[in-house]
Amino acid sequence: MSAAAQPQPAVWARGLTRRFGSFTAVDAIDLDIPPGEVFGFLGANGAGKTTAIRMLCGLLKPSDGEARVAGFRVGAESERLKRRIGYMSQRFSLYGDLSVRENLEFFGGIYGIEGEALGERSDQLLPRLDLVGREEELAASLPLGYQQRLALGCALLHGPAVLFLDEPTGGVDPLARRRFWDLIYEQAAGGVTVFVTTHYMDEAEYCGRVSIMVSGRIVALGSPAELKRESGGGTMQEVFLKVVAP
Amino acid sequence: MTASGPLIRVDDLHRSYAANKALAGISLEVEAGTICGLIGPDGAGKTTLMRILCGLLRPDRGSAAVLGHDCLREKQRIKEDLGYMPQRFSLYPDLTVAENLRFFADLFGVPSAQREEIEARLMEFSRLGPYRSRRAGQLSGGMKQKLALSCTLIHTPKVLILDEPTTGVDPVSRVEFWDILRRLRGEGLALLVSTPYMDEAGLCDEVILMHQGRALERGKPSALGERYPRRLAVLRGKGMESALARLGDEKSETFSLHRFGDHLRLSCDSESTLERIRHELRDLPLVFEPAAAGIEDVFVEGIRRSAEGGGP
Repeated sequence: MSAAAQPQPAVWARGLTRRFGSFTAVDAIDLDIPPGEVFGFLGANGAGKTTAIRMLCGLLKPSDGEARVAGFRVGAESERLKRRIGYMSQRFSLYGDLSVRENLEFFGGIYGIEGEALGERSDQLLPRLDLVGREEELAASLPLGYQQRLALGCALLHGPAVLFLDEPTGGVDPLARRRFWDLIYEQAAGGVTVFVTTHYMDEAEYCGRVSIMVSGRIVALGSPAELKRESGGGTMQEVFLKVVAP
Repeated sequence: MTASGPLIRVDDLHRSYAANKALAGISLEVEAGTICGLIGPDGAGKTTLMRILCGLLRPDRGSAAVLGHDCLREKQRIKEDLGYMPQRFSLYPDLTVAENLRFFADLFGVPSAQREEIEARLMEFSRLGPYRSRRAGQLSGGMKQKLALSCTLIHTPKVLILDEPTTGVDPVSRVEFWDILRRLRGEGLALLVSTPYMDEAGLCDEVILMHQGRALERGKPSALGERYPRRLAVLRGKGMESALARLGDEKSETFSLHRFGDHLRLSCDSESTLERIRHELRDLPLVFEPAAAGIEDVFVEGIRRSAEGGGP
């Protein structure tokens, strides 16, 4: 690939729209997320978040508008797009009966990373995830914080440009959560764009910028500090409620 | 007999599953008209504690009582005064809202003379009235939780035990759910509510921060922050990356520096450490602002201390 003259946004959308029959789930949203940003994508249930994310992950075709993720067009280049993104959800999809190493091998296999390449990448990731010495342990027997880091490792194995996180730290203790986010920031500093969806405002506080979606549209966008200032002070929770249910 | 004093009393409970200590000596009391929040991550022991209170599980040691009745020996006696909403409450998805309520009314033997009034009140409370003919399976997550709560309240209990009722519920519905809990408190119920989310602490009268089967800290949510022994500062500005590169990886007893989105959070053991770090970073474009401790800071400090104290 040739080097771009100017840095392309990692996630870019113009008028991205999805209709189901007469219902417009996502209504002409625009996104400009530069490489290395940690971006929070918030909204109440039914606001259209899931539909938007499914489009950005190449799982659902837009009805209108256009979007690019990691340089690939949503819709036309969805298959190539999928190879450049990683996905991790709160109830992460680890195989409990497989060991740490076997989980990595399994997810490596899905992305076509095997043999030497897999070994190299694992050697690189395991110390960062604090999993050295636990390679042969079953995933299910690991403490929750470790499971979470392993799930992150599986999502990062193929070196994605954009990482989608869905309530990544629900249910873990605050110390484990801070460590997890330190890892995320490390990835972001290395150029990975992190796209976070969550219902929990204390997770939103970890994002550099946050958007809030209501009825298919993005109605608020800014850093947590900016949004709080605009809203006249208060917590992220208060900001969110003002925007969503004024 | 009428119980005076706390409606829920838990004394030095211990319970293990094989080698895993789920509860390692926890005590608590909840008075009428108060909400006590059990805040802790998955595996902290919250559910085990609640199951013992409901007489569903035998403790290895210690005792639990509801309205003065022992939860094991007088299990039948406490049933009528206790409402328990487990994490996965079994609503019947094929039954409507009204039919689910009626089913639980049958189950608890609610006298038919009172049913109409109770049902009307619960519908008003939960604002589920307009959805009474909708099947439970077709309700949103927030509405399902409100219906589960209504079913839990059908026999007008005096004590409510709710296990993570707001997990997975969107923020707007969560606020509405907590409003309902506060109304129940106003009616004199004693509520024990567990949550993995720190930001719900402020909604309780008392919180217990639970970790590895123990209480790390307890008290009024506002008082917890005030008792926090360390100095906190928020750092903002273009120098954030450099500050992290300089100090972020340093393992230190005296301070910690973590990134939170658009700012850094610095926690120091003393004013002089804070001054020293400010001095070390004085060449960077950074603004230092003093910060008040939140529940999460208190929790992290509690974990740090219990690890120092040679915990398990």
